[in-house]
Amino acid sequence: MLVVLNKDAFQIQREQDVILFRNRVKEFAVRIGMGVVNQTKLITAASELVRNMLRYASGGEVLIEVITRGRENGIRLTFKDQGPGIPDIKLAMQDGYSTGRSLGLGLPGTKRLVSEFDIKSTVGVGTTVTIVKWKNG
Amino acid sequence: MLALLRSKKPQILERWIQHQLTLDTLRDDLISNDELREQSEGIVNLIVDQISEQTLALDPYALEPILEYLSGIAISRARHGFSPRETSFYLFSLKNAMLDMLAESAGSDIAALYDMTRSLGRFFDELSTSTFETFIKGREEVILRQTDEIAEISTPVIRVWDQILAMPLIGTLDSARTQVVMENLLQAIVDTGSEIAILDISGVPAVDSLVAQHLIKTVSATRLMGAECIISGIRPEIAQTVVQLGIDLSQVITKATLASALKSAFSMLKLEVRKTQSQKPFLI
Amino acid sequence: MERIPILRMGSFLLVTIQVDLYDRLALTLESDLVQAISKTGAQGVLIDISAVSIVDSFMGRIIGNIASMARLLDAYTVVVGMQPAVAITLIELGLTLPGVQTALNVEKGMQLLQSRIQVTASVEEAPNEDDDAGSPE
Repeated sequence: MLVVLNKDAFQIQREQDVILFRNRVKEFAVRIGMGVVNQTKLITAASELVRNMLRYASGGEVLIEVITRGRENGIRLTFKDQGPGIPDIKLAMQDGYSTGRSLGLGLPGTKRLVSEFDIKSTVGVGTTVTIVKWKNG
Repeated sequence: MLALLRSKKPQILERWIQHQLTLDTLRDDLISNDELREQSEGIVNLIVDQISEQTLALDPYALEPILEYLSGIAISRARHGFSPRETSFYLFSLKNAMLDMLAESAGSDIAALYDMTRSLGRFFDELSTSTFETFIKGREEVILRQTDEIAEISTPVIRVWDQILAMPLIGTLDSARTQVVMENLLQAIVDTGSEIAILDISGVPAVDSLVAQHLIKTVSATRLMGAECIISGIRPEIAQTVVQLGIDLSQVITKATLASALKSAFSMLKLEVRKTQSQKPFLI
Repeated sequence: MERIPILRMGSFLLVTIQVDLYDRLALTLESDLVQAISKTGAQGVLIDISAVSIVDSFMGRIIGNIASMARLLDAYTVVVGMQPAVAITLIELGLTLPGVQTALNVEKGMQLLQSRIQVTASVEEAPNEDDDAGSPE
């Protein structure tokens, strides 16, 4: 049973927002007592996704939530954009695949950094990526 | 029924104590009769005062004060060494005492007695289930704390030489533990400024592809920070399984023993261990 | 505009990154550093990231680029002081910074550069022993 304890929405429009957004995620992670390594993994994953959002959809909105499943707390981030969408998610989730001028480890690398990863995309409508990082996960 | 219970409070308590004294789950070795009476009185007072239409309907908010009080009792009984069975029977005997009271005053109205019995039974089921949960939760917390402690103490970092660290791994490696191992090792490398870390896996019972992957990650992270990591303590069986599973450890420096790992660490640091010519007397 | 200072230490350049690099700042650093190598004829570059808590794939690419560009100008790059949490995250992300040398701290990085340069210097020196070894100035 998942319960949302606290939430906040963050608009991403410019590249400077990336740093502000990372700091906000960090505040939430520190508040639930997440360890340094898991914090770093979560913030790095968030950074990757938010950059994707800027690069492919020129911005969007992120929902930051503190969630709990009984004993354990975690952070859930939902990245929502109205970009072109991803035609083939399976392909995009393969290591080494990229359409942009990046290193091509965006999505699969990001997935390895978090506890749960979910992506939904409709071409021409937009993409929603949800990640969860448990405090000890 | 509620009014009846309230007016019969002293009798319920008396009846309950009598009940308890006949039970074989009575532990007069753990709690004196006076203490037991005091504890029981507290519970009867609370339950009889708090019992209402809402609590009988199991409304969580109305139940809260009762459950909280009982959790306290359950925890304290668990600490005193009562078994969960003894604590459950303790509560059940209160239910019986209350039912006896109801039966005596209900007379021949069987239907009404049945209704009261049913709702009181449901109420007590809820109480004992939640007391039991509290008991289990207490145990779980102990287990979790011990798991953390094991993870903490089972990954010591030893400074074997200037610039050389060793970490003997004992027990099964899973993802959570590898993370602790990696973190401790890398932090120790930063703190001591050591260039070489030796991970000794003599005490790891089996290496499957997941464990191997964890080891490779630890080595890569060490290198990324600018230090080197040697894996030692590869037993023959481990060498066999690693190759049979097709795991590629060729990028990792592996040694059979901690001694040979230390030797190659020395040569990497351009250090030499030599026997001295003349034997100096030992000063103790 | 904000800039990351580049310090000159003998034939080496030292860059200490103490703030979160947003994209433009990172790109400015990249071009400033390449200019500085070319202007000073530096043989080595030390990038101290001990105060950096997040290295994502963008930042990883900047570091990789700096190393490759410096190499073209005949200078070695050593990244020093990477935090354990950052190293663990980069490995999980799949970013191993190929072609970038690393060291635990500035001192060790300096030793690494010196040994590197000595090796190349002694090779270059071999045909003509009278040449001034080491620094070109």
